[in-house]
Amino acid sequence: MTAIATIRVQEQDFDTAREIAALGHGRTDIGAVVSFSGLCRADDGLTALTLEHYPGMAEAEIRRHADQALARWPLQGLTIIHRYGRITPGENIVLVVTASSHRQAAFEAAEFLMDYLKTNAPFWKREEKPEGGGDWVEAKSHDDEASARWKS
Amino acid sequence: MKVKYFAWVRERIGKAEETLEPPADVRTVGELIAWLTDQGEGYAYAFEKPKVIRAAIDHTHVQADATISGAREIAFFPPMTGG
Repeated sequence: MTAIATIRVQEQDFDTAREIAALGHGRTDIGAVVSFSGLCRADDGLTALTLEHYPGMAEAEIRRHADQALARWPLQGLTIIHRYGRITPGENIVLVVTASSHRQAAFEAAEFLMDYLKTNAPFWKREEKPEGGGDWVEAKSHDDEASARWKS
Repeated sequence: MKVKYFAWVRERIGKAEETLEPPADVRTVGELIAWLTDQGEGYAYAFEKPKVIRAAIDHTHVQADATISGAREIAFFPPMTGG
């Protein structure tokens, strides 16, 4: 069977357990599934994050990274879901699930995908504070470094 | 060509997208940023640190030296903070 990449950019929440089950449904060749969930954290009294995205490019950019991961590691499949809109602390923001015969490929591909999503997928977070207003989250240089290490 | 702005670039300019016809001597993304900077206060504020600004042509990331000839849609935005 060929590897399938499922990519969704959506406003609504997702069910991580259901996505993991869907990736392996009906298959007996998968030996390892790795999932990464990114959640909204209540830093410094943050009441919500609002994620803006670039419709069309967000899907295209995630698809490019998914194709790279499929070319680089022996994966049976992967799922990437990234939300946009208003997200409150404790809620899901992003999900990456990778499936492979063995764990190393699944672990590495999931990490690669997350590092690239952080720096290359066109999403922008804005913080919402209890007193009103809020700033755009600034990009972090350690995210650029995390993404750059996969170039070697 | 259609030009789109996101996050604080959009807020500073005060619009999410517009259709522009820059002069023929504006050939690259960097030159388009320089030209836009002169189009008003909001543009000057949005592009005050041009090296920070990221750009995409037709949904693909590009550098400042990329040619804009044939582009249907150009987007300008801050460094991304998804994930």
